[in-house]
Amino acid sequence: MMDDVIKNLLSEISDMTEIPVNGAFNIRGNGASLGRNSTENIQIVPKPNGSGIDIYIQPGTKDEHVHIPALITESGVHDLVYNDFHIGEGADVTIVAGCGIHNCGNEESLHEGIHRFYVGKNAKVRYLEKHIGEGDGNGKRIINPQTHIEGAENSYLEMDTVQLKGVDSTKRISSAKLQAGATVVIKEKIMTHGNQTAETAFDVILEGAGSSAKLISRSVAKDHSYQLFRSKIVGNSDCYGHSECDAIIMDDGIVAAEPEIVANNVDATLIHEAAIGKIAGDQLTKLMTLGLTEAEAEAQIINGFLK
Amino acid sequence: MLELRNISFSADGKQILNNINLTIDDAKFIVITGPNGGGKSTLAKVIAGIITPDSGQILLDGQDITNWSITERARAGVSFAFQQPVRFKGVTVHDLITLASGRDLSAAAACEYLSEVGLCAKDYIDREVNASLSGGELKRIEIATVMARKTKLTIFDEPEAGIDLWSFKNLIDVFEKMHREIKASILIISHQERILNIADQVVVISGGSVAKIGAKEDVLPELFHVSTGCRYFQGGNA
Repeated sequence: MMDDVIKNLLSEISDMTEIPVNGAFNIRGNGASLGRNSTENIQIVPKPNGSGIDIYIQPGTKDEHVHIPALITESGVHDLVYNDFHIGEGADVTIVAGCGIHNCGNEESLHEGIHRFYVGKNAKVRYLEKHIGEGDGNGKRIINPQTHIEGAENSYLEMDTVQLKGVDSTKRISSAKLQAGATVVIKEKIMTHGNQTAETAFDVILEGAGSSAKLISRSVAKDHSYQLFRSKIVGNSDCYGHSECDAIIMDDGIVAAEPEIVANNVDATLIHEAAIGKIAGDQLTKLMTLGLTEAEAEAQIINGFLK
Repeated sequence: MLELRNISFSADGKQILNNINLTIDDAKFIVITGPNGGGKSTLAKVIAGIITPDSGQILLDGQDITNWSITERARAGVSFAFQQPVRFKGVTVHDLITLASGRDLSAAAACEYLSEVGLCAKDYIDREVNASLSGGELKRIEIATVMARKTKLTIFDEPEAGIDLWSFKNLIDVFEKMHREIKASILIISHQERILNIADQVVVISGGSVAKIGAKEDVLPELFHVSTGCRYFQGGNA
Protein backbone atom coordinates (compact mmCIF):
# COMPACT_ATOMS: atom_id res chain seq x y z
CA MET A 1 0.00 0.00 0.00
CA MET A 2 1.19 3.49 -0.70
CA ASP A 3 0.37 6.45 1.53
CA ASP A 4 -0.46 9.91 0.18
CA VAL A 5 3.08 11.25 0.65
CA ILE A 6 4.50 8.45 -1.48
CA LYS A 7 1.73 8.88 -4.07
CA ASN A 8 2.48 12.58 -4.36
CA LEU A 9 6.21 12.03 -4.74
CA LEU A 10 5.59 9.32 -7.29
CA SER A 11 3.39 11.54 -9.38
CA GLU A 12 5.94 14.38 -9.21
CA ILE A 13 8.83 12.32 -10.50
CA SER A 14 7.12 9.83 -12.80
CA ASP A 15 3.54 11.00 -13.49
CA MET A 16 2.30 7.76 -11.89
CA THR A 17 -0.27 7.97 -9.11
CA GLU A 18 -0.74 4.27 -8.38
CA ILE A 19 1.22 1.10 -8.77
CA PRO A 20 0.53 0.26 -12.41
CA VAL A 21 -1.13 -2.99 -13.39
CA ASN A 22 0.99 -3.64 -16.45
CA GLY A 23 4.20 -2.54 -18.12
CA ALA A 24 7.71 -2.98 -16.77
CA PHE A 25 8.37 -1.19 -13.51
CA ASN A 26 10.07 -1.33 -10.15
CA ILE A 27 9.02 1.11 -7.44
CA ARG A 28 11.49 1.46 -4.60
CA GLY A 29 10.34 3.03 -1.31
CA ASN A 30 12.64 3.59 1.66
CA GLY A 31 15.08 0.98 0.39
CA ALA A 32 12.51 -1.78 -0.28
CA SER A 33 10.48 -2.77 -3.32
CA LEU A 34 6.87 -1.50 -3.31
CA GLY A 35 6.04 -3.23 -6.55
CA ARG A 36 7.67 -4.81 -9.55
CA ASN A 37 6.58 -6.18 -12.90
CA SER A 38 8.34 -7.65 -15.89
CA THR A 39 6.96 -7.98 -19.39
CA GLU A 40 7.63 -10.39 -22.21
CA ASN A 41 10.44 -8.21 -23.54
CA ILE A 42 11.66 -6.53 -20.38
CA GLN A 43 12.72 -8.56 -17.37
CA ILE A 44 13.46 -6.88 -14.05
CA VAL A 45 15.53 -9.18 -11.84
CA PRO A 46 16.66 -8.36 -8.29
CA LYS A 47 20.38 -8.76 -7.69
CA PRO A 48 21.17 -11.78 -5.50
CA ASN A 49 22.69 -9.67 -2.72
CA GLY A 50 19.74 -7.28 -2.66
CA SER A 51 21.82 -4.31 -3.78
CA GLY A 52 19.59 -3.42 -6.73
CA ILE A 53 18.11 -4.74 -9.93
CA ASP A 54 19.14 -5.86 -13.38
CA ILE A 55 16.88 -4.78 -16.22
CA TYR A 56 17.14 -6.94 -19.32
CA ILE A 57 15.62 -5.52 -22.48
CA GLN A 58 15.37 -8.03 -25.30
CA PRO A 59 16.93 -7.23 -28.69
CA GLY A 60 14.48 -5.57 -31.03
CA THR A 61 12.06 -4.42 -28.29
CA LYS A 62 10.19 -1.41 -29.68
CA ASP A 63 8.29 1.46 -28.11
CA GLU A 64 8.21 0.07 -24.56
CA HIS A 65 8.68 1.93 -21.30
CA VAL A 66 10.39 1.01 -18.04
CA HIS A 67 9.63 2.95 -14.86
CA ILE A 68 11.98 2.64 -11.89
CA PRO A 69 11.25 5.49 -9.44
CA ALA A 70 12.89 5.56 -6.00
CA LEU A 71 11.19 7.27 -3.06
CA ILE A 72 12.28 8.11 0.46
CA THR A 73 9.72 9.34 2.97
CA GLU A 74 11.50 8.56 6.24
CA SER A 75 14.12 10.66 7.94
CA GLY A 76 17.55 9.10 8.45
CA VAL A 77 17.39 6.67 5.50
CA HIS A 78 20.60 6.04 3.55
CA ASP A 79 19.63 4.22 0.40
CA LEU A 80 22.28 2.91 -2.00
CA VAL A 81 21.11 1.06 -5.09
CA TYR A 82 22.76 -0.37 -8.21
CA ASN A 83 20.52 -0.63 -11.25
CA ASP A 84 22.00 -2.14 -14.37
CA PHE A 85 20.28 -1.83 -17.74
CA HIS A 86 21.17 -4.37 -20.40
CA ILE A 87 19.67 -3.07 -23.62
CA GLY A 88 19.57 -5.55 -26.47
CA GLU A 89 20.59 -4.82 -30.04
CA GLY A 90 18.18 -2.71 -32.01
CA ALA A 91 15.84 -2.04 -29.07
CA ASP A 92 14.04 1.31 -28.91
CA VAL A 93 12.83 2.09 -25.37
CA THR A 94 12.11 4.84 -22.86
CA ILE A 95 13.35 4.51 -19.29
CA VAL A 96 11.89 6.75 -16.59
CA ALA A 97 13.87 6.88 -13.35
CA GLY A 98 14.15 9.60 -10.75
CA CYS A 99 14.11 10.05 -7.01
CA GLY A 100 11.95 11.94 -4.58
CA ILE A 101 12.79 12.55 -0.93
CA HIS A 102 10.18 13.74 1.57
CA ASN A 103 11.99 14.45 4.81
CA CYS A 104 10.00 15.84 7.73
CA GLY A 105 12.50 14.75 10.37
CA ASN A 106 15.80 16.07 11.62
CA GLU A 107 18.05 13.37 10.26
CA GLU A 108 19.65 13.38 6.86
CA SER A 109 18.00 11.30 4.09
CA LEU A 110 20.27 10.15 1.31
CA HIS A 111 19.67 8.35 -1.97
CA GLU A 112 22.57 7.15 -4.07
CA GLY A 113 21.40 5.59 -7.31
CA ILE A 114 24.09 4.11 -9.49
CA HIS A 115 22.78 3.36 -12.94
CA ARG A 116 24.80 1.53 -15.55
CA PHE A 117 23.63 1.29 -19.12
CA TYR A 118 24.97 -1.32 -21.49
CA VAL A 119 23.45 -0.13 -24.76
CA GLY A 120 23.57 -2.74 -27.53
CA LYS A 121 24.36 -2.13 -31.18
CA ASN A 122 21.86 0.09 -32.99
CA ALA A 123 19.75 0.40 -29.83
CA LYS A 124 18.00 3.64 -28.99
CA VAL A 125 17.26 4.73 -25.43
CA ARG A 126 15.49 7.74 -24.02
CA TYR A 127 16.29 8.08 -20.32
CA LEU A 128 14.37 10.54 -18.15
CA GLU A 129 15.38 11.37 -14.60
CA LYS A 130 13.76 13.86 -12.23
CA HIS A 131 14.89 14.60 -8.70
CA ILE A 132 12.96 16.50 -6.09
CA GLY A 133 13.10 17.07 -2.35
CA GLU A 134 10.32 18.17 -0.04
CA GLY A 135 9.23 18.13 3.59
CA ASP A 136 9.75 20.72 6.29
CA GLY A 137 12.17 18.93 8.62
CA ASN A 138 15.70 20.12 9.31
CA GLY A 139 17.20 16.88 8.01
CA LYS A 140 19.03 17.30 4.76
CA ARG A 141 17.76 15.79 1.51
CA ILE A 142 20.69 14.47 -0.48
CA ILE A 143 20.58 12.77 -3.88
CA ASN A 144 23.78 11.53 -5.51
CA PRO A 145 22.96 9.91 -8.85
CA GLN A 146 25.50 8.24 -11.06
CA THR A 147 24.93 7.32 -14.68
CA HIS A 148 27.49 5.24 -16.52
CA ILE A 149 26.93 4.48 -20.18
CA GLU A 150 28.68 2.02 -22.46
CA GLY A 151 27.43 2.56 -25.98
CA ALA A 152 28.04 -0.16 -28.57
CA GLU A 153 28.33 0.60 -32.30
CA ASN A 154 25.68 2.97 -33.65
CA SER A 155 23.74 3.07 -30.39
CA TYR A 156 21.97 6.23 -29.25
CA LEU A 157 21.15 7.32 -25.71
CA GLU A 158 19.44 10.57 -24.83
CA MET A 159 19.26 11.52 -21.15
CA ASP A 160 17.09 14.29 -19.73
CA THR A 161 17.82 15.03 -16.09
CA VAL A 162 16.01 17.64 -14.06
CA GLN A 163 16.37 18.86 -10.47
CA LEU A 164 14.44 22.02 -9.74
CA LYS A 165 13.65 22.09 -6.05
CA GLY A 166 14.22 20.86 -2.58
CA VAL A 167 17.45 18.88 -2.86
CA ASP A 168 19.99 20.23 -0.37
CA SER A 169 23.04 18.59 -1.82
CA THR A 170 23.71 16.64 -4.97
CA LYS A 171 26.75 15.16 -6.63
CA ARG A 172 25.87 14.01 -10.09
CA ILE A 173 28.44 11.89 -11.85
CA SER A 174 27.94 10.75 -15.43
CA SER A 175 30.29 8.91 -17.73
CA ALA A 176 30.09 7.46 -21.20
CA LYS A 177 32.35 5.39 -23.37
CA LEU A 178 31.24 5.23 -26.97
CA GLN A 179 32.14 2.86 -29.79
CA ALA A 180 32.02 3.64 -33.50
CA GLY A 181 28.95 5.61 -34.56
CA ALA A 182 27.51 5.74 -31.02
CA THR A 183 25.90 8.92 -29.69
CA VAL A 184 24.96 10.30 -26.28
CA VAL A 185 22.96 13.46 -25.74
CA ILE A 186 22.70 14.59 -22.11
CA LYS A 187 20.48 17.51 -21.15
CA GLU A 188 20.64 18.66 -17.56
CA LYS A 189 18.51 21.31 -15.85
CA ILE A 190 19.25 22.38 -12.31
CA MET A 191 17.95 25.10 -10.05
CA THR A 192 19.38 25.61 -6.57
CA HIS A 193 18.25 27.95 -3.83
CA GLY A 194 18.88 28.60 -0.13
CA ASN A 195 22.22 27.09 0.83
CA GLN A 196 21.99 24.15 -1.57
CA THR A 197 24.97 22.76 -3.43
CA ALA A 198 25.01 20.91 -6.75
CA GLU A 199 28.01 19.37 -8.42
CA THR A 200 27.88 17.89 -11.87
CA ALA A 201 30.64 15.90 -13.54
CA PHE A 202 30.57 14.50 -17.06
CA ASP A 203 33.32 12.24 -18.27
CA VAL A 204 32.96 11.11 -21.87
CA ILE A 205 35.36 9.06 -23.95
CA LEU A 206 34.72 9.09 -27.69
CA GLU A 207 36.49 5.87 -28.57
CA GLY A 208 35.14 4.87 -31.98
CA ALA A 209 35.12 6.63 -35.32
CA GLY A 210 31.96 8.64 -35.87
CA SER A 211 31.01 8.66 -32.20
CA SER A 212 29.54 11.85 -30.79
CA ALA A 213 28.50 13.43 -27.53
CA LYS A 214 26.45 16.49 -26.74
CA LEU A 215 26.23 17.70 -23.13
CA ILE A 216 23.92 20.58 -22.41
CA SER A 217 23.63 21.98 -18.91
CA ARG A 218 21.33 24.85 -18.02
CA SER A 219 21.20 25.99 -14.45
CA VAL A 220 20.00 28.73 -12.15
CA ALA A 221 21.69 29.44 -8.80
CA LYS A 222 19.66 31.60 -6.41
CA ASP A 223 20.16 32.87 -2.84
CA HIS A 224 23.43 31.51 -1.39
CA SER A 225 23.51 28.31 -3.41
CA TYR A 226 26.60 26.92 -5.11
CA GLN A 227 27.01 24.90 -8.30
CA LEU A 228 30.05 23.32 -9.90
CA PHE A 229 29.97 22.05 -13.47
CA ARG A 230 32.82 19.84 -14.61
CA SER A 231 33.00 18.19 -17.98
CA LYS A 232 35.70 16.23 -19.70
CA ILE A 233 35.40 14.97 -23.24
CA VAL A 234 38.21 12.88 -24.64
CA GLY A 235 38.31 12.26 -28.39
CA ASN A 236 40.31 9.21 -29.43
CA SER A 237 39.11 9.00 -33.03
CA ASP A 238 37.37 10.88 -35.82
CA CYS A 239 34.60 12.04 -33.49
CA TYR A 240 32.53 15.04 -32.41
CA GLY A 241 32.02 16.32 -28.88
CA HIS A 242 30.20 19.42 -27.71
CA SER A 243 29.57 20.56 -24.16
CA GLU A 244 27.63 23.63 -23.22
CA CYS A 245 27.15 25.12 -19.77
CA ASP A 246 24.73 28.02 -19.46
CA ALA A 247 24.04 29.41 -16.03
CA ILE A 248 22.01 32.26 -14.59
CA ILE A 249 23.19 33.57 -11.23
CA MET A 250 20.93 35.53 -8.91
CA ASP A 251 21.27 37.04 -5.44
CA ASP A 252 24.50 35.60 -3.97
CA GLY A 253 24.48 32.42 -6.03
CA ILE A 254 27.80 31.04 -7.27
CA VAL A 255 28.45 28.93 -10.35
CA ALA A 256 31.81 27.53 -11.38
CA ALA A 257 32.47 25.77 -14.70
CA GLU A 258 35.53 23.63 -15.31
CA PRO A 259 35.46 22.31 -18.86
CA GLU A 260 38.15 20.05 -20.24
CA ILE A 261 38.44 18.75 -23.77
CA VAL A 262 41.20 16.42 -24.86
CA ALA A 263 41.77 15.56 -28.52
CA ASN A 264 43.99 12.50 -28.90
CA ASN A 265 43.28 12.21 -32.60
CA VAL A 266 43.82 14.78 -35.33
CA ASP A 267 40.28 14.18 -36.65
CA ALA A 268 38.57 14.78 -33.32
CA THR A 269 36.39 17.92 -33.17
CA LEU A 270 35.67 19.04 -29.62
CA ILE A 271 33.91 22.20 -28.52
CA HIS A 272 33.07 23.67 -25.16
CA GLU A 273 30.90 26.71 -24.54
CA ALA A 274 30.22 28.21 -21.12
CA ALA A 275 28.28 31.31 -20.21
CA ILE A 276 27.53 32.44 -16.67
CA GLY A 277 25.81 35.68 -15.80
CA LYS A 278 22.80 37.37 -14.33
CA ILE A 279 19.59 37.84 -16.32
CA ALA A 280 20.32 40.39 -19.04
CA GLY A 281 18.78 43.78 -18.30
CA ASP A 282 17.39 44.14 -21.82
CA GLN A 283 15.49 40.84 -21.42
CA LEU A 284 13.74 42.20 -18.34
CA THR A 285 13.09 45.50 -20.10
CA LYS A 286 11.58 43.81 -23.14
CA LEU A 287 9.13 41.77 -21.07
CA MET A 288 8.25 44.82 -18.97
CA THR A 289 7.35 46.68 -22.18
CA LEU A 290 4.84 43.86 -22.73
CA GLY A 291 3.23 44.70 -19.38
CA LEU A 292 4.97 42.25 -17.04
CA THR A 293 6.35 43.42 -13.69
CA GLU A 294 10.05 42.91 -13.10
CA ALA A 295 9.34 39.87 -10.90
CA GLU A 296 6.99 38.36 -13.51
CA ALA A 297 9.57 38.99 -16.23
CA GLU A 298 12.27 37.28 -14.16
CA ALA A 299 10.03 34.26 -13.56
CA GLN A 300 9.21 33.99 -17.29
CA ILE A 301 12.88 34.16 -18.26
CA ILE A 302 13.84 31.44 -15.77
CA ASN A 303 10.88 29.23 -16.68
CA GLY A 304 11.83 29.46 -20.34
CA PHE A 305 15.50 28.88 -19.64
CA LEU A 306 14.79 25.71 -17.66
CA LYS A 307 11.85 24.48 -19.75
CA MET B 1 -3.05 61.76 -26.65
CA LEU B 2 0.60 61.80 -25.63
CA GLU B 3 2.19 65.06 -24.64
CA LEU B 4 5.87 65.69 -23.96
CA ARG B 5 6.63 68.92 -22.10
CA ASN B 6 10.13 70.35 -21.86
CA ILE B 7 11.85 66.94 -21.85
CA SER B 8 15.61 67.10 -21.27
CA PHE B 9 18.09 64.32 -20.73
CA SER B 10 21.86 64.20 -20.50
CA ALA B 11 24.36 61.37 -20.11
CA ASP B 12 28.12 61.37 -19.61
CA GLY B 13 28.11 65.17 -19.59
CA LYS B 14 26.44 65.34 -23.01
CA GLN B 15 23.02 66.86 -23.57
CA ILE B 16 21.07 64.20 -25.51
CA LEU B 17 17.59 65.76 -25.37
CA ASN B 18 17.15 69.48 -24.96
CA ASN B 19 13.76 70.81 -23.96
CA ILE B 20 11.63 68.67 -26.28
CA ASN B 21 7.97 69.60 -26.63
CA LEU B 22 5.79 67.33 -28.72
CA THR B 23 2.14 66.32 -28.89
CA ILE B 24 0.95 63.12 -30.52
CA ASP B 25 -2.78 63.16 -31.17
CA ASP B 26 -4.91 60.03 -31.12
CA ALA B 27 -4.83 57.75 -34.13
CA LYS B 28 -2.04 59.67 -35.83
CA PHE B 29 0.82 58.26 -37.82
CA ILE B 30 3.97 60.13 -36.81
CA VAL B 31 7.46 59.58 -38.12
CA ILE B 32 10.44 60.95 -36.25
CA THR B 33 13.53 61.38 -38.38
CA GLY B 34 16.83 63.18 -38.29
CA PRO B 35 20.56 62.51 -38.23
CA ASN B 36 22.11 59.64 -36.28
CA GLY B 37 22.99 60.62 -32.74
CA GLY B 38 20.33 63.34 -32.76
CA GLY B 39 18.37 61.85 -29.83
CA LYS B 40 15.54 60.00 -31.64
CA SER B 41 15.97 56.60 -29.97
CA THR B 42 16.51 58.25 -26.59
CA LEU B 43 13.22 60.10 -26.99
CA ALA B 44 11.41 56.84 -27.84
CA LYS B 45 12.87 55.20 -24.74
CA VAL B 46 11.80 58.16 -22.61
CA ILE B 47 8.22 57.67 -23.81
CA ALA B 48 8.32 53.92 -23.03
CA GLY B 49 9.83 54.58 -19.58
CA ILE B 50 13.12 52.82 -20.34
CA ILE B 51 15.00 56.09 -19.83
CA THR B 52 14.01 58.59 -17.13
CA PRO B 53 14.39 62.21 -18.25
CA ASP B 54 16.30 64.72 -16.09
CA SER B 55 13.42 67.15 -16.34
CA GLY B 56 10.10 67.65 -18.06
CA GLN B 57 6.72 65.97 -18.04
CA ILE B 58 5.06 63.18 -19.99
CA LEU B 59 1.26 63.08 -20.13
CA LEU B 60 -0.84 60.25 -21.52
CA ASP B 61 -4.47 61.23 -22.04
CA GLY B 62 -3.92 64.10 -19.64
CA GLN B 63 -2.46 61.93 -16.90
CA ASP B 64 1.10 62.61 -15.73
CA ILE B 65 3.03 59.37 -16.34
CA THR B 66 6.52 60.85 -15.93
CA ASN B 67 7.27 58.74 -12.86
CA TRP B 68 5.50 55.61 -14.06
CA SER B 69 7.50 52.42 -14.56
CA ILE B 70 7.92 50.64 -17.90
CA THR B 71 5.29 48.10 -16.78
CA GLU B 72 2.75 50.75 -15.77
CA ARG B 73 3.13 52.53 -19.10
CA ALA B 74 2.85 49.25 -21.00
CA ARG B 75 -0.36 48.45 -19.15
CA ALA B 76 -1.65 51.98 -19.84
CA GLY B 77 -1.28 51.35 -23.58
CA VAL B 78 2.28 52.12 -24.66
CA SER B 79 4.10 49.53 -26.80
CA PHE B 80 7.71 49.64 -27.90
CA ALA B 81 9.40 47.68 -30.68
CA PHE B 82 13.14 47.54 -30.08
CA GLN B 83 15.62 48.55 -32.74
CA GLN B 84 17.72 45.55 -31.75
CA PRO B 85 15.33 42.82 -30.59
CA VAL B 86 16.24 40.90 -27.47
CA ARG B 87 17.06 37.18 -27.58
CA PHE B 88 15.82 34.69 -24.98
CA LYS B 89 17.10 31.16 -24.47
CA GLY B 90 14.17 28.81 -23.98
CA VAL B 91 11.37 31.33 -24.62
CA THR B 92 9.54 30.40 -27.81
CA VAL B 93 7.98 32.69 -30.39
CA HIS B 94 4.57 31.44 -29.23
CA ASP B 95 5.46 32.27 -25.59
CA LEU B 96 6.51 35.79 -26.51
CA ILE B 97 3.45 36.57 -28.64
CA THR B 98 1.21 35.12 -25.90
CA LEU B 99 2.87 37.31 -23.25
CA ALA B 100 2.48 40.30 -25.53
CA SER B 101 -1.22 39.68 -26.11
CA GLY B 102 -1.80 39.43 -22.35
CA ARG B 103 -4.10 36.43 -22.74
CA ASP B 104 -3.94 32.73 -23.41
CA LEU B 105 -3.33 32.80 -27.12
CA SER B 106 -3.75 29.64 -29.20
CA ALA B 107 -0.96 28.66 -31.57
CA ALA B 108 -3.32 29.36 -34.48
CA ALA B 109 -4.01 32.90 -33.25
CA ALA B 110 -0.31 33.57 -32.67
CA CYS B 111 0.43 32.26 -36.14
CA GLU B 112 -1.77 34.95 -37.67
CA TYR B 113 0.56 37.64 -36.37
CA LEU B 114 3.58 35.82 -37.79
CA SER B 115 1.92 35.48 -41.17
CA GLU B 116 1.27 39.21 -41.21
CA VAL B 117 4.97 39.93 -40.86
CA GLY B 118 5.77 37.52 -43.67
CA LEU B 119 7.01 34.55 -41.64
CA CYS B 120 5.75 31.06 -42.40
CA ALA B 121 4.08 30.53 -39.06
CA LYS B 122 4.47 26.78 -38.68
CA ASP B 123 8.23 27.07 -39.12
CA TYR B 124 8.59 29.66 -36.38
CA ILE B 125 5.87 29.32 -33.76
CA ASP B 126 7.73 26.75 -31.63
CA ARG B 127 11.22 28.08 -32.18
CA GLU B 128 13.14 29.70 -29.38
CA VAL B 129 13.75 33.43 -29.68
CA ASN B 130 17.48 32.81 -29.53
CA ALA B 131 20.64 33.27 -31.55
CA SER B 132 19.52 30.65 -34.10
CA LEU B 133 17.21 33.30 -35.61
CA SER B 134 18.65 35.87 -37.99
CA GLY B 135 18.48 39.59 -37.29
CA GLY B 136 15.73 39.99 -39.89
CA GLU B 137 13.66 37.15 -38.43
CA LEU B 138 13.99 38.57 -34.92
CA LYS B 139 12.93 41.96 -36.18
CA ARG B 140 9.77 40.61 -37.74
CA ILE B 141 8.96 38.64 -34.58
CA GLU B 142 9.48 41.86 -32.63
CA ILE B 143 6.96 43.61 -34.86
CA ALA B 144 4.52 40.69 -34.43
CA THR B 145 4.75 41.01 -30.62
CA VAL B 146 3.78 44.67 -30.59
CA MET B 147 0.99 44.01 -33.10
CA ALA B 148 -0.43 41.42 -30.68
CA ARG B 149 -0.64 44.08 -27.95
CA LYS B 150 -3.10 46.29 -29.88
CA THR B 151 -2.35 49.33 -27.73
CA LYS B 152 -3.30 52.96 -28.21
CA LEU B 153 0.31 53.98 -28.87
CA THR B 154 2.98 51.87 -30.54
CA ILE B 155 6.55 53.06 -30.98
CA PHE B 156 8.83 51.44 -33.55
CA ASP B 157 12.53 52.24 -33.29
CA GLU B 158 13.94 51.93 -36.83
CA PRO B 159 11.75 49.00 -37.89
CA GLU B 160 13.34 48.89 -41.35
CA ALA B 161 16.79 48.02 -40.00
CA GLY B 162 17.48 44.36 -40.65
CA ILE B 163 14.36 43.79 -42.77
CA ASP B 164 16.47 42.43 -45.57
CA LEU B 165 14.66 39.81 -47.56
CA TRP B 166 11.13 40.77 -46.81
CA SER B 167 9.76 43.20 -49.30
CA PHE B 168 9.60 46.67 -47.92
CA LYS B 169 6.02 47.09 -49.10
CA ASN B 170 4.83 44.48 -46.62
CA LEU B 171 6.26 46.46 -43.74
CA ILE B 172 4.36 49.54 -44.89
CA ASP B 173 1.21 47.41 -45.22
CA VAL B 174 1.62 46.20 -41.61
CA PHE B 175 1.84 49.77 -40.32
CA GLU B 176 -1.12 50.93 -42.38
CA LYS B 177 -3.21 47.95 -41.29
CA MET B 178 -2.39 48.53 -37.61
CA HIS B 179 -3.22 52.17 -37.99
CA ARG B 180 -6.50 51.40 -39.71
CA GLU B 181 -7.70 48.47 -37.62
CA ILE B 182 -6.66 49.42 -34.10
CA LYS B 183 -7.17 53.13 -34.72
CA ALA B 184 -4.08 53.65 -32.69
CA SER B 185 -1.26 56.15 -32.81
CA ILE B 186 1.89 54.88 -34.41
CA LEU B 187 5.20 56.57 -33.78
CA ILE B 188 8.02 55.39 -36.01
CA ILE B 189 11.66 56.37 -35.89
CA SER B 190 12.92 55.98 -39.41
CA HIS B 191 15.26 57.21 -42.09
CA GLN B 192 13.19 55.59 -44.81
CA GLU B 193 11.67 57.86 -47.39
CA ARG B 194 8.81 55.45 -48.04
CA ILE B 195 7.88 55.36 -44.35
CA LEU B 196 8.12 59.14 -44.19
CA ASN B 197 5.75 59.27 -47.14
CA ILE B 198 2.89 57.59 -45.25
CA ALA B 199 3.17 59.82 -42.18
CA ASP B 200 0.44 62.22 -41.08
CA GLN B 201 3.12 64.24 -39.38
CA VAL B 202 6.92 64.31 -39.62
CA VAL B 203 9.11 65.41 -36.73
CA VAL B 204 12.77 66.17 -37.37
CA ILE B 205 14.98 65.82 -34.34
CA SER B 206 18.50 67.06 -34.54
CA GLY B 207 21.01 67.87 -31.83
CA GLY B 208 18.52 66.86 -29.15
CA SER B 209 15.88 69.37 -30.21
CA VAL B 210 12.82 69.43 -32.45
CA ALA B 211 14.22 71.05 -35.59
CA LYS B 212 11.05 70.86 -37.63
CA ILE B 213 7.54 69.56 -37.22
CA GLY B 214 4.62 69.48 -39.59
CA ALA B 215 2.68 67.66 -42.26
CA LYS B 216 4.82 65.59 -44.60
CA GLU B 217 3.93 67.88 -47.50
CA ASP B 218 5.54 70.75 -45.65
CA VAL B 219 8.52 69.01 -44.09
CA LEU B 220 9.66 66.49 -46.69
CA PRO B 221 10.57 68.83 -49.58
CA GLU B 222 12.73 70.89 -47.30
CA LEU B 223 14.19 67.80 -45.65
CA PHE B 224 15.30 66.25 -48.91
CA HIS B 225 16.50 69.56 -50.23
CA VAL B 226 18.65 70.09 -47.14
CA SER B 227 19.85 66.54 -47.06
CA THR B 228 21.10 66.39 -50.63
CA GLY B 229 24.42 64.68 -50.50
CA CYS B 230 23.78 63.28 -47.05
CA ARG B 231 23.47 59.56 -46.50
CA TYR B 232 20.98 59.39 -43.71
CA PHE B 233 17.91 59.34 -45.86
CA GLN B 234 17.51 56.14 -47.79
CA GLY B 235 15.51 55.27 -50.83
CA GLY B 236 12.52 53.01 -50.77
CA ASN B 237 14.09 49.75 -51.87
CA ALA B 238 15.99 48.63 -48.82
